[in-house]
Amino acid sequence: MRETGSVATIELDDVTVTAPTADGDVVLLRDVTARLVERRVVVVGANGSGKSTLARLVNGLVPASAGTVRVDGLDVATEGPAVRRRVGFVFTQPAAQLVMPTVLEDVALSLRRHVKDRRERDERARSVLADIGLADRADVSVHALSGGQQQLLAIAGVLACEPTVVVADEPTTLLDLRNARAVEERLLSLEQQLLLVTHDLDLARRCDRALVVEDGHVTVDDDPEAAVAHYVESALRGPT
Amino acid sequence: MRTLPLGLHVPGETIWHRLPTGRKLLGLVVVGIAVVALRGPWPPLAALVVAVGVALHAGVPWRTLLLGVRPLLVVLAVLAAFQTWQRGWPVAVELVATTLTLVALATTFTATTPTDDLLDTVARGARVLRPLGVDPERVALAFSLAITSVPVVLAIFGQTREAARARGLERSPRATLAPFAVRTVAHAHALGDALAARGIGDPD
Repeated sequence: MRETGSVATIELDDVTVTAPTADGDVVLLRDVTARLVERRVVVVGANGSGKSTLARLVNGLVPASAGTVRVDGLDVATEGPAVRRRVGFVFTQPAAQLVMPTVLEDVALSLRRHVKDRRERDERARSVLADIGLADRADVSVHALSGGQQQLLAIAGVLACEPTVVVADEPTTLLDLRNARAVEERLLSLEQQLLLVTHDLDLARRCDRALVVEDGHVTVDDDPEAAVAHYVESALRGPT
Repeated sequence: MRTLPLGLHVPGETIWHRLPTGRKLLGLVVVGIAVVALRGPWPPLAALVVAVGVALHAGVPWRTLLLGVRPLLVVLAVLAAFQTWQRGWPVAVELVATTLTLVALATTFTATTPTDDLLDTVARGARVLRPLGVDPERVALAFSLAITSVPVVLAIFGQTREAARARGLERSPRATLAPFAVRTVAHAHALGDALAARGIGDPD
């Protein structure tokens, strides 16, 4: 595992997440402890294993039922707004995270709370769009974009806030091969720390550290090659 | 998801673009009330002609206007037929012309107003509610989301109707309405998560 000094630190200390159901509480994640300081950390696991829950803990979309989650020393439970300013989140479904009618307006929305001058907001939004390759689409409807462009726009909306961590929950699952590759390359080239949830094992192998989540437990925390090998063996051996 | 233009800003330099957003919004409310108060077939038809003229003068493309109206056509046709049967054709014309006029005016408003301007205007107006504990930014965002969610909800309805048709259930309202309600709520949840993840709604 390669450790990089300049990236953020995500700390999970004995974290358990439960969800209430009609039949009582269900444990989604149990006793997770990890200190993530690598630039690109990947989480792999079967559907329903708890990997998305783990990702959502990091910016407070899911609260921990027990234990603590910290980003750069800030407790997600008590300092949520400060944490969310540092942690951007990219969802699986691109269209669901775009909330403004046009591409430029959607990126500008991310800046609205912290940049009061509209002209400066627009300039910064256009700059982020240029960086991500969507400058020529600034004034079109978000619904007129392809799935890949929508996901790139979602990433632009996150990067506009200059986070130190980007969490991406299966960001390429719904995209075709070409768009998936474009989004993957953009994510892997980020300066920010990346916490990536994916089923793409080739992509997972390109990260610096991998967690395997099985039935709500982190069963492997290792170099991606070793972790992916374990996951593949476990997934093929287990019940379907 | 099908492209629908409601809420989409059309950049331009017309008088409608240059009007301050607050005055334009107030004007839309006043004119809307006046249009609804019109009676008989001819005044609403005249209002519709004027509204379409204003939209075209503002640079709203014909296609955008027609796409804005298209989702209403079936409902309007049913209502017009019912009104013709119950109360005569003049009432049916009044109803259809009034509705189309309001849609044309609303489309012109959203086409000539950047959403960011609308957010600023509504947030300014909602500041008077601050002593009551209301966050003006949240009010503005809710206002904006109401507009921008219309095409999304219409698209969800279209998809659930197609899914019902694919199963041979096109005559069952339940087969469309139940999944439509569930998917709309799911969309609202996803939208809420997306807003929360971007820190929108967090205190300053």
